Amino acid sequence: MNIMRRSFLKLAGSIGALATAGAAGLLRSVETWAATWNKSGFESKAVTDVLNSLGATGAPESKDIVITAPEIAENGAVVPVAVFSKIPNTQQISIVAEKNPFPLAATFDVAGGGEGYISTRLKMGQTSDVWAVVKAGGRYYVAKKEVKITVGGCG
Amino acid sequence: MAEPMKIRAILQGDTADVRILMLHPMETGQRKDAKGEIVPLHFIQSVVVTHNGKTVLDAQWSQAVSRNPFLGLRVKGAKTGDRIGVTWTDNKGDKRTDEVAVSATSQ
Repeated sequence: MNIMRRSFLKLAGSIGALATAGAAGLLRSVETWAATWNKSGFESKAVTDVLNSLGATGAPESKDIVITAPEIAENGAVVPVAVFSKIPNTQQISIVAEKNPFPLAATFDVAGGGEGYISTRLKMGQTSDVWAVVKAGGRYYVAKKEVKITVGGCG
Repeated sequence: MAEPMKIRAILQGDTADVRILMLHPMETGQRKDAKGEIVPLHFIQSVVVTHNGKTVLDAQWSQAVSRNPFLGLRVKGAKTGDRIGVTWTDNKGDKRTDEVAVSATSQ
């Protein structure tokens, strides 16, 4: 009887431990995800603040970053933007729409077999420069391209 | 609940050309509905793309990405039949994961 009780307690204990471990793991994954989302960058209202939050202040312009975007976009709600970084060891690409209420649109961390190429669609409030901020080999580089917007897409 | 994504992964040489279309309202928190009330912020914050379970792209997004977001990327060293997985998480904690196999030609 006593032995039964022991083993039962042991079993219950291990189940409890497992459950706690599982919950802790879940909590941790949510926390790290929240920590990686660049809140200060995404809430910045000026390009200089965005560059600061990325750690890219004063980054030089590079001709090895190619931004593909229309010269004139009729609909600001859907502006196709592609960034191709030919810089070796590209680790991160950020896209910034200079005159949006919150300029930083997206940050892409490239890892493993990912190539320095990203294409997506952005909303843009008005005509402005689109910046690509590229981190490669621990250093930052930027490129700019102006996109004219006929109808803004932020309202 | 979140709608399924449309994902295409097509092999070009040793690189997979991956195109993802997600269905999401991507509300900016600035738009007003018909009653003049502001539609609350609701957007995809994080997108993770994996190649055979290994992360190849970890994206952080703001509300400035268009509605029903499109994402295109290239994955080096891919082969036919490799698994490309995509998971997004929005600011309300909603999640969606879909997976496709890399195919040799366009379908």
